[in-house]
Amino acid sequence: MADERGWSLGLGGGDLERLLAEAAQHKGESLWQDAWRRLRRNRTAWWSLVFLAVFTAVAFLAPLLPLPSPVTLDLQLEPQPPVAPWTELGRHGFERDYWELSWIDERLVDARVALFGDWQTGPWLGTDAKGRDILARIVWGSRTSILVALAAALCSLAIGVTYGALAGYLGGAIDNVMMRIVDILYSIPFIFVVIFLITIVNEYRAELEDTYGIDRETIFYLVIGAIYWLTMARVVRGQVLSLRHAEFIDAARVLGASTRRIVFVHLVPNVLSIVIVYLTLTIPAVMLFEAFLSFLGLGIEPPKVSWGLLAVDGSEMVNPVRLYWWLVLFPAGAMGATLLALNLVGDGLRDALDPKLRGKD
Amino acid sequence: MLRFLLRRALWFAVTLWVVVTVSFFLMRGVRGGPFDGERALNPAIERNIAARYHLDWPLWKQYLQYVGPLNLDEHGPRFLGGDGSELLTGITTGDFGPSFKYRDFSVNDVIGQSLPISVSLGFIALAWALLLGLSSGIASALWRGSRTDVTLRLAATAGIALPNFTVAGFLVIGFVFLVPLLPVAGYGTWRHLVLPGFALGAPFAAYISRLTRTGMLEVLSHDYIRTAHAKGLPPRIVLLRHAIKGGLLPVISYLGPATAGILTGSLVIERIFAIPGTGSHFVNSALNRDYTLAMGVTILYTVLVYGLNTLVDLAYTLLDPRIELEQS
Repeated sequence: MADERGWSLGLGGGDLERLLAEAAQHKGESLWQDAWRRLRRNRTAWWSLVFLAVFTAVAFLAPLLPLPSPVTLDLQLEPQPPVAPWTELGRHGFERDYWELSWIDERLVDARVALFGDWQTGPWLGTDAKGRDILARIVWGSRTSILVALAAALCSLAIGVTYGALAGYLGGAIDNVMMRIVDILYSIPFIFVVIFLITIVNEYRAELEDTYGIDRETIFYLVIGAIYWLTMARVVRGQVLSLRHAEFIDAARVLGASTRRIVFVHLVPNVLSIVIVYLTLTIPAVMLFEAFLSFLGLGIEPPKVSWGLLAVDGSEMVNPVRLYWWLVLFPAGAMGATLLALNLVGDGLRDALDPKLRGKD
Repeated sequence: MLRFLLRRALWFAVTLWVVVTVSFFLMRGVRGGPFDGERALNPAIERNIAARYHLDWPLWKQYLQYVGPLNLDEHGPRFLGGDGSELLTGITTGDFGPSFKYRDFSVNDVIGQSLPISVSLGFIALAWALLLGLSSGIASALWRGSRTDVTLRLAATAGIALPNFTVAGFLVIGFVFLVPLLPVAGYGTWRHLVLPGFALGAPFAAYISRLTRTGMLEVLSHDYIRTAHAKGLPPRIVLLRHAIKGGLLPVISYLGPATAGILTGSLVIERIFAIPGTGSHFVNSALNRDYTLAMGVTILYTVLVYGLNTLVDLAYTLLDPRIELEQS
């Protein structure tokens, strides 16, 4: 067998074996290994990723940190400007005052009380008009914002990838109808639908909570996710269309794989790179959308806090009499830095996963 | 071309029908009506109001009356000015009905007053976004990897990363309070539109800049650009005559979504700068259950978005002969 092949290539038997041995020595590198390596070389993207990881960890561990309560009101007259940590490291008098927390968060607060007692940080980033600590609100707000973004992004991912992959793979008339539906949905001013759905949900919130146990926020996530799948579906469909007639798909079909198997086992992993890139761009969009809804008073409701709400609070305090710059700058800074990092990671991933650049550096 | 336009028109009709139907029934299905107030109305008055606006009809009949074109009301005043004797009515005749909240105005009046303001604001925002986005994107692509490139890209990414009301806040602090150059809010002269236009366009400028950079980089690596350089054309000509055409394609296709985004963004910006545009009606009418006004604004936005997308597709084929209209 080997001889026969070698002969047809015009090689002697020995040559062929040597070549095969040589080839076996080269270790193959999967797309993801290659991408990971290239991502690590891209310093900007790598540090952005590290920053995001730290940020997510801080957001998750917020109840454990010795921050003042994000909701306790202190109705003094004026927002207090920031103080440097070295002039006022902390204060005593922490009170356990939050909105309804989950079981894990309650345990984290327990741990915090055990660790720090009633000690809490000083107003390092100032306080807002109602005497709440900005730093605490930014950290607690990051939880909401990250949760909104992740939930909505995953929702859009699930719908968009399934829809796009099916449309692209089935092709023909089905594809046509499915994409026409997407086109129609695209031309609907979605913001109106969202505003509308949210007002409806507000009307029926008591029933929803009692009967189905769904709270307003869950619906909020779902509604946002249900909008952002459109572009994802288009992107995935385009990719799948170009892969549909690749040899490995034909091979799978010849071997008798079902449609479901071909779509989810063979096609979806191959479009995953572009999906991930798109996902890193969806998350910022969702965070901005949350801010937008908060601005209209349709987003997260007080006493809960999100970055959107903070940014709104800040921009409402812009007035010519006195400049409360910390109310505008710090929330915007936190949001800007996170979204910037997400965008940079997205760019880095796109470069790292680009097959045209593969193996080159 | 004609076939393309016809097909588009057909889909447009379908889209519009879906939008009208879905939003009509959604809105009517929700609890609470336009005339709910703090105090319960006298039942007789309530009956009168309901009769005037046909709210006492079954829903399907209200829907048919709203869409038109046949007038189902045999007697009594239909809309403002009409005496109910007209044969034709409804949105198919271009009559969006009376506003439920602004008692003396029809929806057409409200839109007619506010739309020009919103359009001029959107136009300024788009123009500025294109100007800044294109020039910075091209500069970024030409000097790839340089300090200019890095700075511009960072600025562009930051522009995408901030909500437009925060941008507006910074602008107001900068150009109104610290350096008093422009009015803080209101509407009247061109100076009132500078800051809102800027704040509204900023995220789009940033996005266009990124798209332009990517598009230009792709085009600049093509063989025909090398050929153009090789035959001795000055770089400026290569750029302006050969590269730009291909490099701008992604930007063109983004213009449709961008316009939709600017329309949405104007909801916020108009509120911050107290500009009496259409955006403010959008949210308020949904909250107030001003059925006709909410529907009117929704239809208006659908038409705008759809029309602009069609224009963009047309422009696309003019710039890129490889794309055929039939497929798109």
